[in-house]
This record gives sequence, structure tokens and C-alpha cells, in this order.
Amino acid sequence: MTDAGTPEPATGTARARPLQRLEHIDAKNTVLVPVLAVVSALVVGAIIVAATDIDRLQHGAFGGIATNILDAYKALFVGAFGSWTGISETLVFATPLLLTGLAVALSFRSGLFNIGATGQMLMGGMAAVWIGFTMNGPGIVQIPLAMLAGIAGGMVWGGMIGVLKARTGAHEVITTIMTNYIALALVTWMLKTTAFKQPGPSGNPISKAIANEAHLPKLLDFVRPGLRANIGFLVALAAAVGVWWLFRKSKLGFELRTVGANPDAARYAGMRIGTLTVVAMALSGGLAGLAGAVNILGTNRQMTTSFAGDIGFDAIAVALLGRNTSVGTVLAALLFGALEAGKTRMQLDADVPLDLVLVVRALIVLFIAAPLLTRMIWRIKAEGGGLGLSFRGWGS
Amino acid sequence: MELELRGITKRFPGVVANDDVNLTIRGGEVLALLGENGAGKSTLMNVLYGLYHADEGEILIDGVARRFASPRDAIAAGVGMVHQHFMLVPVFTVAENVVMGVEPTRFGALNIREARREVRAISKEYHLDVDPDAITETLPVGLQQRIEIIKVLFRNAEIVIFDEPTAVLTPQEIEAFFRIVESLRVAGKGIVFITHKLREALRIADRIVVLRRGRTVGEVLPADVDDRRLAEMMVGRPVELVVKKAEAHPGDPALTVTDLTVADADGRLLVDHVTFEVRAGEIVGVAGVQGNGQTELVEALVGLRRVESGEIALAGRNITHHSPRLRHEEGIAHIPEDRQRDGLVKDFTVFENIALTGYYDEPFSSGPVMHWGTAEREATRLVEEFDIRTPSIGTATGTLSGGNQQKVIVAREISRDVKLAIASQPTRGVDVGSIEYIHDRIVGLRDRGVGVLVVSTELDEVMALADRVLVMYGGRIVADLDRATTNVNEIGLYMAGATSAATREHAP
Amino acid sequence: MIETPLAHLGDTSAAGPRTFAERRRARNMGITYLVLAVITAVFLTGHDGTAMFKLDDGRSFSLPAQTTAWVAVAMFSVLAGGALWRGYGKLTNAVLALVTVTLLMTFLSWSAAGTSFSLIGVLVSTVGYPTPIVIGAMSGIICERSGIVNIAIEGLLLNGAFMAVFIGSVTTFWIGVLAAMVTSALLAWLLAWLAIRFKVDQVIVGFFINFFVLGLTNFLSKRLFVEHQNWNYVGTLRPLKIWGLHSIPVIGPILFEQTVYVYVAWLLVFGLTWLLFRTRWGLRTRSVGEHPRAADTLGINVVRLRYRNVIIAGAIAGFGGSWFASNVGQFNQNMTGGRGFIALAVVIVGRWKPIGALCAALVFGLFDSLGNKLATLHTGIPSEFISMLPYLATVVVVCGFVGRSRGPKAAGQPYDSQ
Repeated sequence: MTDAGTPEPATGTARARPLQRLEHIDAKNTVLVPVLAVVSALVVGAIIVAATDIDRLQHGAFGGIATNILDAYKALFVGAFGSWTGISETLVFATPLLLTGLAVALSFRSGLFNIGATGQMLMGGMAAVWIGFTMNGPGIVQIPLAMLAGIAGGMVWGGMIGVLKARTGAHEVITTIMTNYIALALVTWMLKTTAFKQPGPSGNPISKAIANEAHLPKLLDFVRPGLRANIGFLVALAAAVGVWWLFRKSKLGFELRTVGANPDAARYAGMRIGTLTVVAMALSGGLAGLAGAVNILGTNRQMTTSFAGDIGFDAIAVALLGRNTSVGTVLAALLFGALEAGKTRMQLDADVPLDLVLVVRALIVLFIAAPLLTRMIWRIKAEGGGLGLSFRGWGS
Repeated sequence: MELELRGITKRFPGVVANDDVNLTIRGGEVLALLGENGAGKSTLMNVLYGLYHADEGEILIDGVARRFASPRDAIAAGVGMVHQHFMLVPVFTVAENVVMGVEPTRFGALNIREARREVRAISKEYHLDVDPDAITETLPVGLQQRIEIIKVLFRNAEIVIFDEPTAVLTPQEIEAFFRIVESLRVAGKGIVFITHKLREALRIADRIVVLRRGRTVGEVLPADVDDRRLAEMMVGRPVELVVKKAEAHPGDPALTVTDLTVADADGRLLVDHVTFEVRAGEIVGVAGVQGNGQTELVEALVGLRRVESGEIALAGRNITHHSPRLRHEEGIAHIPEDRQRDGLVKDFTVFENIALTGYYDEPFSSGPVMHWGTAEREATRLVEEFDIRTPSIGTATGTLSGGNQQKVIVAREISRDVKLAIASQPTRGVDVGSIEYIHDRIVGLRDRGVGVLVVSTELDEVMALADRVLVMYGGRIVADLDRATTNVNEIGLYMAGATSAATREHAP
Repeated sequence: MIETPLAHLGDTSAAGPRTFAERRRARNMGITYLVLAVITAVFLTGHDGTAMFKLDDGRSFSLPAQTTAWVAVAMFSVLAGGALWRGYGKLTNAVLALVTVTLLMTFLSWSAAGTSFSLIGVLVSTVGYPTPIVIGAMSGIICERSGIVNIAIEGLLLNGAFMAVFIGSVTTFWIGVLAAMVTSALLAWLLAWLAIRFKVDQVIVGFFINFFVLGLTNFLSKRLFVEHQNWNYVGTLRPLKIWGLHSIPVIGPILFEQTVYVYVAWLLVFGLTWLLFRTRWGLRTRSVGEHPRAADTLGINVVRLRYRNVIIAGAIAGFGGSWFASNVGQFNQNMTGGRGFIALAVVIVGRWKPIGALCAALVFGLFDSLGNKLATLHTGIPSEFISMLPYLATVVVVCGFVGRSRGPKAAGQPYDSQ
């Protein structure tokens, strides 16, 4: 019998304790590694800032460099949390990150790589904006309808990937990368058609604005009007609870987890792997589509081609940092939202280009994805802690 | 060239795979290394090929002790191995596979013409008849094996090890293979032929060494023994595990299989027109060497593999085309052959694995909602009842011992009301204590009036459990024997592919 | 005495002249051609008029739109019938090429009916435009053939572009190119190190590198180039006319009046084909990507070969990235604009073969220059649909509709020697 490092001796008949579901919360892997990953990324970021500070380096002003780095990170923090505006912006940026992060986490736990959150979010946004500017009606009708449209748009776009995978075995990494570009081209074209294009002489592909009734209610109006935070964040939190419920309490979640962890066992247990693949991708796409809808209704108000940016990658980063759990994803999204909200301040106050944040985010992914590396750097001993997810070849 | 293994001992955690084994191989002779699955044959040869390192003992070539740190050293010393699972790149041509690693070049380019010529020359010398330009994956298994042989010869091996070379071959291919072995012997190569098939050893070997439980139990000349004597040496004294069980009281048929046929993608028959019956309250054992269609038969019975033709009926009801889920509901319990791959999700907790096959309905769930409380209570009960040693029901199942993992599966599958239980290799890799326990449970199931089908490559296990024994060979059921009137030797001969007429002469 | 239970199975290898996969491919091709015939008949037969295609030096030829379309419809139908009936065996790709060219010419004569059209311009940019894609694809092919999935081509290209501009501006152009190759090789080493030593999932490492480079080059270009604008100017490379060959009519200006990058790209394609399929290195590389254990049992050092190949691939991608410097003369943020991902698509559509990738890249290049051209012809076909085609084609290919595209078996899987 293998002792898994649990305090209780492994021999002897078990005294089962029904309430203790997570037998050992692996503190080192679930908490320490993510924290150290963030710290490592910030340290490397600081080194990059220092190494590129040509002027100060030329003058040997090393103290100045250190001050500059501290200023930059301080500004980053203050920009994100130092004021109501900062907090509001953090929430605004965290919202789509949370939703797409949940989308990716859901796919990861179902054994799929959804690289396509960008395309799914674009499609969701298109569907939501269309409802938003065509309908006239009270917000209580329009807002849920637009959100449902967004979910539906993302679901179709993501579910399609699932169908291709289930029917032909086409690898989702390739199909999602390709459909991201297809979605972008499709959106660009649609935004030039009369059905979507905003009136006016401008040739830019920008959609009509949604009706005022479709705007999401503000969250922090009681503090100060004009703060952009809106109930979209609450919707995202609700989605996080939904995903938690799905995997913790529901039958479908159990099926998805089984397929993700061991497809052979799932087949043995009579689960339909093809159907579950489609469902997982559709749900994942639906969450990303909801991110699109929330962004349209909450802040953007109209559709542009740069609307989703590279959110697909950030979503992977958020899911990885959150270790694919709902709570973790919420925290990771808040962190990334804060980086996003604080970066402008950093550029203004410390004269460090805001793109540093993208570098730091990429590095966080690196240190999270390579727990062995992080552990080696920080010399911690822990077993396991891999992502439990691996690319199984292009298929044949 | 003479190669000697002296006092080789190889231990793995908890098991001594080779225990002071001595062996000499000379050029120009065929040595058969005979033994059951798990007797330590492959371990010994992997030591010789530099893949494992012996804990004790030494390897001598022409009297000089050598150390093989890796296959590279073994190859350099003139030892070649034809692996049971071919080490061939499927998309390469024959010539490419042969020269890989020792490629002839000309002006920096691969001299494929030279490679082709070498392949043709070797092919001709040993009557191998392989086209150097054929793509490997398009060739039948028998020809692929010849590529492996050419690979070994191309590297000037003097000692050639064949690891279960006939396991994957058709009878015609086996005949051709024997001719090749003969020509290798004539050429002065020393050949080690690892097998568990008595007749093949008798037919081809100059000397036979029998391994049992990691030890050499005898070295004989084929002329001095017959297959019955060899079977006895291989299996040992009838060390049948005694399972206390009462007389069986078979009732109505629980499972009726009529003319069942299963084929692979290329149309090769894996299960070949099989007909048999399992009655309620009896245990039917399926004996046979691994890979004779047992796996596919079970997969067809539980709905995981498409049936080509024939019918499967559960308690008189045709279920040939029912889904695995439906069969589960209709009362088939399935303990799968590969528990790590199919039977369990290693990362899941014990209680999640308890719910793995029944999760979709009451009491584990209703509507879309799982009742984890029920699963936990059920798991607690089963852990108690089946004596599953686990720190808690929340422990990841993969961290339990093999025996306890298997008990989780057995508990899950037989604790509900079933008509038929199918157990594949129910005690493979399980400790002795758990084996007894699982066997008792299976007998208990029979006494409850359940029809039980036990598929095992362990003859002892079949003998201990079964009331009736079916022997599978080449996808067919070649014998249907009453446990009370048969014995190990008879079954062993059927397993080795003997026809019933031939067996009658030998069987008492 | 040994029984022959499988005797009646006979020789299963002689199941028939065509495998199931081949028959399915022929069927799918037939269906595709039929669909094309219908589309051509419905959409392209309406236009009347004659399209004039201009070549160099005032040469030109004309195609009547309607007649061409009907000829194409007839041809597609016949070819579809042939595919459905028998398939074309070894000629399948040739037929596909014929159909593609016919379709293109029909489409062009339709869209340019009544006007004239500079075919030569389109063809010159068709050959020139995909250069970084071709070079990036070669990098991808080397990696994947060695068993390492390279999603990071985009990042390696972008790094090459930045370094070539930055170092090239400070020193000279070719030293910049060298710096691009060295730094991209370093990044590729990082990919290999993380994938081999730490067994990090290769897709995730690839994305990490892409976004790390994107962030870093954005950051550095602001940090360095805003104050020092002279660090962001290398100047562009002019086309190099190959003596003698460039004066061949039509072909000369298309193939032999390009920049040195085009020539190097083509050299890489044919050189890599030779290296992969005709040399010891190629044989070992392919074996390591298909069946590393087999290679290992024959004494090939799997890990060392993978490291070496990925680093070489990185240098090649860095060189490909420097094309952007030579083409634009300065660095713009995210100036590779996803062409690394098209390179990845090209690797797959070209079935992991250099020449296949080149063909795919040229087709994609044609789509791109047509997309630009169509905007001026006012055909009513949005250019977005044209630019979508490479990605759509890739999806169709990975779905196995036109024959299964099989990648190296071991790609993406960490190798454990035990």
C-alpha cells in the first residue's frame, strides 16, 4: 500500500469521514506555487525594466533604477486599488478575464484545450450588440436577452469546434486558432455591412451603439457616478458559482471531469465521449460569448474589431493561475484585472511602458505551467502539481 | 561465440524477478527459454540486452565478464534483440528502418542504394524475402518481424534474442519464421527463443531451459521430454489455490452467446464464431494465452466493441446491440482487464470511483444533480464491507495499493443486483490476501445465483474458480471442459493450440 | 500438431487495390468538385464580357467570362465523375492543382469581365508575400519532425523582426540578421528546455513564448525607440535581379526579381527536403519524431537531437523574422500580424513536407494578393472572405476531408527514456 503522505497511517480499515472531501489540500501546490509564480514574474519584470533603463545605466545611477522599479510597481498597485476609480477599473477589466478564464478552465477540466476564447467572445459580442441596437424595450427584457444571445453566439462558435473534434478528430488547438482568425474576418466584414455599421461617413468597421436601456446598471454609482464598474462583474461571479456547481454538484460536471481525467474509463462507464466533447466546448464557448455580451452591454456599447484583443491567451493564463478552480480563477482574474487597471498609471508615474504587464503575465504563465522550474528556483519540495493536462499529439 | 549468464538476480520492489539464474548460449544452437507469463523470461533478456541492470551476477562473453550499460553496449558486443513490440518507425521504408543509427553515407547524403543492397543481401542470405523499399506499416506483421531480424543481422549480431516471436504471428507466418531461425542457426548464430508455447519449444530448440517464478527449474533436451513433462515443469506441482466452494447449482442461462464474431478494422477476425452459455449460479472460466481473443470477447459482451455477427442474450433477451449503459442497467457487472486504464479514474476519490458506473441514476443522482452524500455513505459502507484499506473515502484512488484499487472496482460492480458478472483478470497484480478475498466474493456471487464469467490468463485462477472451463485459442473456443473431469495439463495443451484429437491421446 | 486457427483468414494485406481511406478521399474529392461545379454554374456564368490579363512588356491574353465559366463547369463535372468512379490514385494532387488553377482563372475572368487585370502584379506578390511564412514553416517542420510542437513560430518571427531592426540599426543590416537568428535560437532553446527538461506542455510553452515576445517587443520598442529613433531604422532591401534569368518573359519578373529572402526561402525549402529525406540527419530526425523509443534502442540520442533541431529551427525563424525588417525598414508593434500562425497552418496543410508547405504558402499568398486586388475590382465579394480562406482551408484539411493529414506521431509528447 502506498502512503500518499497523509498524516493517517495508511494501514488499517478506513474510518471514512464523509465531510472531508478534499483529503489533503496540497498547500504547496495550490497556494505556494501560484504565489511564487507571481513573485518570480514580477522579479523578472523588474530585471527587464532595469536592463533597459539605458540612460540610468549609462550614468551608473543604480539607485535610481531601483527607485524607478519600486515606483513602477507602486504605481501599478495604486492604479489598481488606490482609488475608487482604480477599484472600479480593476473590476471592469477582471470581468471578461474571469468569464473567459472560466471558459478555459472548464475546457481544461474536460480534457480540451480551448485556445478559441477570442473568437467565441467576438461572436458573443456580435450577437449581443445586434440585440442591443435592434431592440427597443425595457432593460429588464433586453439585458437578459442580449446576454442569452451572447451565450448562444459563443456556444455555436465553440460547439462547432467540439463537433469537428468529435466527428473527425480534428485537433482543437488547430481549429480554435484558425477559427479565431475566421471569426475576426467575419466580424470585420459584418461590421461593414449596413445591418451593423454605425451611420456616418467613417469607413471604420464599428457597429451601431446599443440602446440606452440595454446598458448594464452601474455597480458603484452609490460611491460616485461615472465609475465604470457594472453588474457584469456580478454576472461573472455568478458564472463562477455556476461552474463550481457544475463540477462539484452536477451529473454533467462529473461526466466532463471523467472524460477529462480518463477517457477510457469514461467509455467503460458508458459515457458518450463525443457528445460530452461537444457539450464541453459549447459550454466553454458560451462562457466566452457571455464575456463578449457583458463587455458590450457594460462598457463598450458598440462592437469594434479590436474588441476581444488577445483575450484567449489571458484566459489561459487566468485559468492556469487559478489552477482551473472557480475560486482560483476569480482571484487570478482580479489580479490580472488589477494589472490591467494599474498599467496606465505605471506608465504615467514611472515612465515604464505599460506593455510590461503583458510580459509579466506571460511570465506568470511560464512559472505556473512549469511548477518544476518554479520549485527548482525557490527550492521547495513537493510532489506532483502538474496540470494534469497534456497535448496528446495532432491525432491521426 | 559463447555467452554466459552467471548467477543473475534482479529484484523489483516486492518481487524477485530473477533469482540466481544461470544460462549459456552457444553459436549455432537454438535455446528455448520456456516459462509462464511472469516467470521472469523477459526480465532476464532485458538484463542481457542492457535495458536492466542485474543486482547480482555477471554476463560473460567467451569467458570474459562484460558490463552492458545500455543496448548500445549489447549491440556492440554482438547481442541483438527482436522485441515483442517491434521497434520500427511505421512510415519508414524497410531499408530506412534497418540502417537507422548506422547509416551508410556518401558525400554527406544517405547512401540509400547501399542500404538497399545490404538489405537485399541479408534478405537473400537468410531467405527473408523483404522488399527494401516497402513502407513498413503496409507490411503484414510477419514481414515486419523480418525487418527486425534484418536490423539485428545488419549490426552483425552473433546472439539473437527473440522475445515471444510467435505471439503475434499467424500459423503460416510461424512456419516461415521457423525456417528463418533454422537458417540463422546454420549460419552459426546463437539464438534465444523466449516462449511459453511448449510445442514450439519442442519443435525448434536444441536445448530447453524452463524458468518458473524467476528460477531455472530445469534444462532438458527436446528428445528427452514430451509436452506433458514440459507442461509440468513449467506450471510446477499442481499448486492450485484452494477456494472453498460448494457444489454449483446452475439454473437458467444468464448469458447465451451464439455464433459471435468480432473483427478489427482490417477485417481480421478476433473472435471467430464463438458459441457458449453461462448459467445462473455457475462460474465459467475462460482460459487462454493473452491475445487469443479474450479481451475482444469481453468488450463485445459489455458493448464496448462492435459485433460483426452473431447474438448475445442476457437471461434470454437479445442485447447484441444495446449500449454499454443499457447493459449495465440490465444487470451486467464488468470488472475490466486493465483497471488503471478503464476501471478507475486515478485522480478521483474513492467515493467518486464508487459512483463511476452508477452515477447516472438513483441513488447517486436525480435529474441533473449528483447526490454526493449518498455516494459517500455508499462508499463508507463498501469500504467497511469489502475491507478496502484506504485512509479515507476522500483519498485519491490512484494512491491505494493495487489490491485495494481492485477491491474498489469489485465492490462497485458486484454490490448491486446483477444477473451476470464478467471479471477479466480479476486478480492481476493483486497481493495474495486480496486475491483470496476477491475469489471468495466471486464465489459468493455465484451462490447468490449470478452467472459469472471469469477470464484469466492465470491457469491457477481459472482452475480455482471455475465450474466449467472454456479455452480460447486464435479467437475460437477450442475446448469446453467440466472442471471436475479436466486437469491443468489438458487445459495447458489446448492453450498451446493443440487440437482436441491430439489432446485426447495425452490427456489421462 | 500445431493447429492453424487463423488459416482461413488468408493474406489480409491484399484486401484490395485501394484502402478505405483512399476511397473516402476520392469520394470527398468528387463531392468537392461537384460542389465547385454547381457554385461555378450558379455564380460565375451570369457575367458576360471579356477579361484582359496583362503580363509584362505589354503582353496580355483575354478570356471570355461566360465561356470560361461553362468550360470550368463541364471540366469539374467530368473530374468529379472520375473521382467518384475510380479516383485518380497518384494523380490526385495533380487533378487538385488543375481544378484550383481553373477555378482561379474562371473567378478572375468573372471578376475582371469587361476590364483588364494585371496578372503579373498579382503573381509577383504571390511569390514575394509569403516569404516569412515559408521560412517560418520550415522552422515549424524541423521542430515537429523532431517531435516538438512549435506553436511559437509567431513569437520567433516577431523577435527576429525586432532584433534585426534594433541591432541592424545600431550596427549593420546583416549583423542585425545574425542577432535575430541568435536570439530566436535562444528562445527556441527555452522552448526545448521547458518541453524536454520540465515536460511542460508544449502548446502552453509555445503560447508563452508568443506573448512573452509580443509584450517584450512592445515594451522595448517604447522604451528604446521613442527616445532613440535612429535605433529603429535599418532601411529596406531592394530586389536582387538574378543575372540572365530575370529577362525570361513572364517567369523572369515573377521568380527572379525578388529580394534575397525569397531566394533563401526557396533554397531552404529544397535544401530541407533533401536534408530530411536524403541524409542521415533527416532519417534520425524523422525517427525521433515518429518513434523515439525505436531510435533510442538503436543508439540515437533522442534528447540531444531534439535540442539541436529546435535551436536550428529557432535560428531559421529568426532569419524569417528579419524579412520584416528588410521589407519595412523599421519595427512596428506586432508587425508579424499572425503570419506565424499562418506558417503553422501551412505546415499542417502541407502535411509536414517542405514542398507541400511551399505550395500551401503560395496558395495562401495568392489569396492574399487577390484579396487586395479584389477591393479595386468592385466585385461585391468582401476581401474578408478571401483573407479567411487560408484558415478555412486549414480547418478543412485537419478535419481530414481531403485526405487525412497525419503529423509526426510523437509530436507534443515528452520522451522518457525509462
